[in-house]
Amino acid sequence: MFIDEIAHRDDDARRALPLAPPGAAEEALAEAQRLRFYQTGTLTAGNRLLDPAERTVQASAERANAITCGHRACQGCGEALGARYVLDAAMRATGGKLVAVNATGCLEVFTTPYPETAWRLPWLHSLFGNAPAVATGVAAALRVRGVDARVVAQGGDGGTVDIGFGCLSGMFERNDDVLYVCYDNEAYMNTGVQRSSATPPAARTATTPAVGDAPGNPFGTGKDLPRLAMAHRIPYVATATVADLHDLERKTARAMGIRGARYLHVLVPCPLGWAHASHETIRVARLAVESGLFPLFEAEHGEVTRVTPIRRRVPTEAYLRPQGRFAHLFRPARDEARLARIQAIADANVRIYRLAPLDGLVPGEAAHA
Amino acid sequence: MLRQIEGSRAVAEAVARCRPGVVCAYPITPQTHIVEALAELVRTGALAPCEYVNVESEFAALSVAIGASAAGARAYTATASQGLLFMAEAVYNAAGLGLPIVMTIGNRAVGAPINIWNDHSDAMAMKDAGWIQLFADDNQEAADLHVQAFRIAEELSCPVMVNVDGFILTHAVERVDLPEQGDVDAFLPPFDPQQLLDVNEPVSMGAMVGPDAFMEVRYLAHLKQLRALELIPRIAGEFRERFGRAAGGLVRPYRTGGAATLVVALGSVNGTIAEVVDELRDEGVPVGSVSIGAFRPFPLDALAAALADARRVVVIEKNLAPGLGGALASNVRMALRAHPLPVHTVIAGLGGRSITRGSLRRVVLAAERGDLEDVHFLDLDWSAVHREVARWTERRRSGPVAENVLRDLSAARPPMSRVV
Repeated sequence: MFIDEIAHRDDDARRALPLAPPGAAEEALAEAQRLRFYQTGTLTAGNRLLDPAERTVQASAERANAITCGHRACQGCGEALGARYVLDAAMRATGGKLVAVNATGCLEVFTTPYPETAWRLPWLHSLFGNAPAVATGVAAALRVRGVDARVVAQGGDGGTVDIGFGCLSGMFERNDDVLYVCYDNEAYMNTGVQRSSATPPAARTATTPAVGDAPGNPFGTGKDLPRLAMAHRIPYVATATVADLHDLERKTARAMGIRGARYLHVLVPCPLGWAHASHETIRVARLAVESGLFPLFEAEHGEVTRVTPIRRRVPTEAYLRPQGRFAHLFRPARDEARLARIQAIADANVRIYRLAPLDGLVPGEAAHA
Repeated sequence: MLRQIEGSRAVAEAVARCRPGVVCAYPITPQTHIVEALAELVRTGALAPCEYVNVESEFAALSVAIGASAAGARAYTATASQGLLFMAEAVYNAAGLGLPIVMTIGNRAVGAPINIWNDHSDAMAMKDAGWIQLFADDNQEAADLHVQAFRIAEELSCPVMVNVDGFILTHAVERVDLPEQGDVDAFLPPFDPQQLLDVNEPVSMGAMVGPDAFMEVRYLAHLKQLRALELIPRIAGEFRERFGRAAGGLVRPYRTGGAATLVVALGSVNGTIAEVVDELRDEGVPVGSVSIGAFRPFPLDALAAALADARRVVVIEKNLAPGLGGALASNVRMALRAHPLPVHTVIAGLGGRSITRGSLRRVVLAAERGDLEDVHFLDLDWSAVHREVARWTERRRSGPVAENVLRDLSAARPPMSRVV
């Protein structure tokens, strides 16, 4: 089948493919004959081989540079990369009429070292836990004043899944016209790598140290925020990573084409907190997807509408090994029991989201069941 | 326009005439009627254009107001008690950012024990957050202060809290002369923000500030409050000229001439105090009173001038600073630092306990005789206190204090009047 080959194309019409409507096979074949990103340099840019219309926003000299150079992010910071792509894509989608609201966290701190700022769009930081509500207020003010501009709110996983969750849920249920972007690096990195409810099982953090009988973060804890966002039946929810920046830009542009509450959950590896080499950020993010631990999907009004299948599935170990936060799973001896539990989480994702050929399931079929 | 109207409704009508662009609402007693009335005014189109946002918490209510104000809308919300404390972080933040939000506090006690009735614990908990804090003596003033509050807030780019005693004012129906729309429009120009999230002129707001500039930024917040000391009387004067009645200002002296004892208080209790002053004056006792209209900025000089000729001061204080006494009395002593006088702290009316004329007479006369303690608890039931203290010494697991006291009081009452 060719379906997995077109996995990374972003034509919305293809969403209907698994249900095989009339003419879908022909359309898909035509799709399959086009250039694939993995042919142009795997999942990274490869812009020179692409038609100008298909190139990333970042490839354009006209990009907004919403976060400009000179900020103080660490080498290899996934969040800085993700925010840059998201905001420039959103700036393009709104013709530069965009206001950003930021939760407290790394992104806020490293972009505004007093007396400088890296932001080239109107930007407001209020508190750690209130970015969604502040964004609601900005959107309300723009509407009442008749100003033609849109709002993006953003924060890390701590500001989103933990302390900001009440305000986020409120913004979702009111369906306020805000795109909220969570840059998820799976712990409180700004304060020195403490556990959040987005920290994965077994991960070592400063508050889940790799000592004792059950080193690292406990299994059976944590919350799945994209699913919680979907439970609010908001118009659009998507997951993305910094490994596929075309996909990240596309989802951002799609989100900005919709009115109402939208949620984008972006996995952004953190070399400091995950203890991987700073040049490994993209590869680690890709391995999170290819192992099945981080499913890429889109959902509209509470239903999954599109899933990005895994083209070449890798064992979860391939994702865990480059990261020092999981080192205790391999040294001094392999922790087979916990490694198996992590693999089981990935297997469940693959099954639930139908991410890859498994048990005869067709890859790419949305998890409607 | 004269109306026989509930205090909350009068506040809502006055706020609506100030044309807020964004109103955020979260219910908490006793402020709820204000945002209910505003919901109706927005739904009927009487207040338009206005975005009315039902939020999920007080923390969100003020956060929405922060975003709205930064994006150029006149923003308003109201809260009380636990609600004000739940939004505490945003209260400091709004002031730190210098956003001219106006918020009504329907003043109420803070738990535990949970209590919905009036005192000033909520406002005092936020006294140093950087907001201007105005207090209303009655419902006419409650309505009028909101019109002034938006002017003050927007001239200084500093948020203003208008304190209105819960139930005593918010739920009292009385005659109020509502400000006319035309007068309000002439008095309060459209919001022209000092700072704005503008796509044509992007600015960063809320940046990190380190030790190199934090002191200066904080000093500037203090400076705004010092300027408010000049601005508040000026705005009150302009208000009087346009609307033909007095409201606001820093201090409101009452029969202070020749008074040996001056009673100082915040809010609606000043009405009762004025009646007691009249009674005692009729009996030849030289007393007067001073109502504090602005608690922040604290009017040190204006108060010192008002108290200058007295021989003692009795502060009626609807809050308790456990381990010290009261916040208001501490500030009054600061005003008298160049001209020290005995200042008595009378903790009164906590959690809605009635402050009667009889009780006030008693403390004022005790002060005249030199019989009043430094910190006095008005109408405290000492027997209930002693019973509980005895329990503490009798056994380790004496149980929850509030429930013990309630049980004692219930047992002490005749059966017919038992609540439980």
